[in-house]
Amino acid sequence: METMTRRMLTGNKALAEAIAQEMERDPNVFVMGEDVGKYGGIFGATEGLYKKFGPQRVLDTPISETAFIGAAIGAAAEGIRPIVELMFVDFFGVCMDQIYNHMAKIHYMSGGHVKLPIVLMTAVGGGYCDAAQHSQTLYATFAHLPGMKVVAPSTPYDLKGMMISAIRDDNPVVFMFHKSLQGLGWMDQIDASIGNVPEESYTVPLGKAKVVREGSDVTIVGIQMMTHHALAAAEKLAEQGIQAEVIDLRSLVPLDKETILQSVKKTNRLVVVDEDYLSYGMTAEVAAVVAEQALYDLEAPIRRLAVPDVPIPYSRPLEQFVIPGPQAIYDAVVDLLNQ
Amino acid sequence: MAVPLEKLKWIYEIMVKIRYYEETMVQVYAEGKQPVFNIGAGTVPGEMHLAAGQEPAAVGICAHLRREDTVTAPHRPHHHAIAKGVDLNRMTAEIFGKETGLGKGKGGHMHLFDPNVKFSCGGIIAAGMPHAAGAALAAKMKGKDWVAVAFIGEGAANAGAFHETLNLAALWKLPLIVVIEDNSYGISVPKSASTAVETNDKRGSAYGIPGYYVKDNDPIEMYRVSGEAVERARRGEGPTIIEIETYRYLGHFQGDPEVYRDQNEVPNLKEKDPIVRLKTHLLRENAATEKEIEEMEARARMEVDRAYEFARKSAYPKPEAALEDLFATSGIDG
Ligand SMILES: Cc1ncc(C[n+]2csc(CCOP(=O)(O)OP(=O)(O)O)c2C)c(N)n1
Repeated sequence: METMTRRMLTGNKALAEAIAQEMERDPNVFVMGEDVGKYGGIFGATEGLYKKFGPQRVLDTPISETAFIGAAIGAAAEGIRPIVELMFVDFFGVCMDQIYNHMAKIHYMSGGHVKLPIVLMTAVGGGYCDAAQHSQTLYATFAHLPGMKVVAPSTPYDLKGMMISAIRDDNPVVFMFHKSLQGLGWMDQIDASIGNVPEESYTVPLGKAKVVREGSDVTIVGIQMMTHHALAAAEKLAEQGIQAEVIDLRSLVPLDKETILQSVKKTNRLVVVDEDYLSYGMTAEVAAVVAEQALYDLEAPIRRLAVPDVPIPYSRPLEQFVIPGPQAIYDAVVDLLNQ
Repeated sequence: MAVPLEKLKWIYEIMVKIRYYEETMVQVYAEGKQPVFNIGAGTVPGEMHLAAGQEPAAVGICAHLRREDTVTAPHRPHHHAIAKGVDLNRMTAEIFGKETGLGKGKGGHMHLFDPNVKFSCGGIIAAGMPHAAGAALAAKMKGKDWVAVAFIGEGAANAGAFHETLNLAALWKLPLIVVIEDNSYGISVPKSASTAVETNDKRGSAYGIPGYYVKDNDPIEMYRVSGEAVERARRGEGPTIIEIETYRYLGHFQGDPEVYRDQNEVPNLKEKDPIVRLKTHLLRENAATEKEIEEMEARARMEVDRAYEFARKSAYPKPEAALEDLFATSGIDG
């Protein structure tokens, strides 16, 4: 029953609202990163925050990722709760030591005595021809390294709720938002980038997948943009009488194995779709979990769809060829069902 | 150092070519993005960082370079590429994502590679600096008097790679010249909010590297200062930093709302445009006649128009070509 009026926000506004509400609630929360101040973040995740909280709590940094992400670690160890933006995930290359040797490991190495409540937020995704150094998703790179939670929401509602959860979490959380789902004026305006977002503060748990469409014939596991493409494929499949169940993983770490396994036990078929590289990636992880724990429930081999182990090319026909879309997912499912 | 006439004219013509190239790109980039701006749509998709106004940095030093000298550029690379003599047709085709492009459409505007003239660029801040140092090291190893020039923005001078590279270059006395384009902003962040030093040439002293600051976007002064730096590098006397005060007329990228700067800033800057100033200088000093200037301008424009024409006419790569070129075929298998 829907009695509430629906309040529609874009992904970026949902994020900024989550951060603002947490900054109001807890004076220890602050934001830093490149162009997060007046500009409001290149992808709008900090829109309006500078005006509200001023330069003491919304800090523009120099282009010095090692220093400012490292500083987030030092500040967090002192009980501050930094939200630090790495503008594009691709730039992790210049500062990964701080992220994986320090941010991810200090809690463990200190025997649990040092807590690092950091949100490292970063933009992922391609689809607009920004080429190899600005279009990666790199979910697996981060998810592979123990010690960080890694989340990648796909709706404005989840962006807000999971951002609040991430800020309140006492662990480092890599918060990946997808550029196409921010609802920016200068990107393709896709419907999925706008959605209902309650005004009040609420949390969405990290580590819980969501069945976003129920079905009985095949399970499609996706995340972020791929969830939306999977839903589009599922619509088309339904026209052919095929009922696909679609799961939005939402979190890579922790991974909600239960939801995946339950679904596969019901549908007996699995297609996993990822915008990250194929080999050693999320699709391999999900496939392995199912192979280990539900092999005998499968009636067909597992099918994986992802970027075919090449850097993201620039030219539009090349990029469209490597990033899975609704048609590729549809074809994979039909092919699987015909086996 | 007196500036030879021929060099002055070269500088003028190349500046005109760069400016016209960028102005044309503004138009072409907008094609297919109307009525609702969508960065991924149109003739030229993706981000577009243009350098109108920043020509002096590129031409002043490239006037001293030979084909064997290396240039690395950052995400805003067209002026450097044109000044270094990158194949304009193939560069434009690359920006259009065509198969005739420098990288067969795989690289795009931020990732142009023309090994024929030893030019490269990239989208990661300051990352070209160590590459240029490596080219300088290679020149030394080969016993050549080649130099390497790394162009970066003033914002990039705060990146780790900048400092590590300077140390290495000073230590090994590499023939490296770092040209810093101080256009006042790293995207939205003004220089005053990103570093406590006034000018980045001063940072050289921490590494024992001489530094120069070129004021007022002056191509002739840039030429003079660069000449000394290039000569010193060729003589084996090590690296130099040059920072030039320059101006970005356009947004950080096409589509930038530019909320961080005053609306009058750009019109004011354009009043002292370096191309207009040099033209006045050429005429006043009787270094060129009106007719010669017209000819230079016409030649530059024709070359640019041809490049865009070439790019338009070229075909897109076949989608499956995305899977090619990941690995080089080595001696054993090919
Ligand atoms: C390592 C890294 N961090 C951040 C960015 C995002 N970024 C691209 S350009 C830019 C500003 C660069 O400023 P500057 O070096 O002054 O060059 P300009 O754009 O002014 O030419 C930033 C922050 C990047 N490309 N790489």
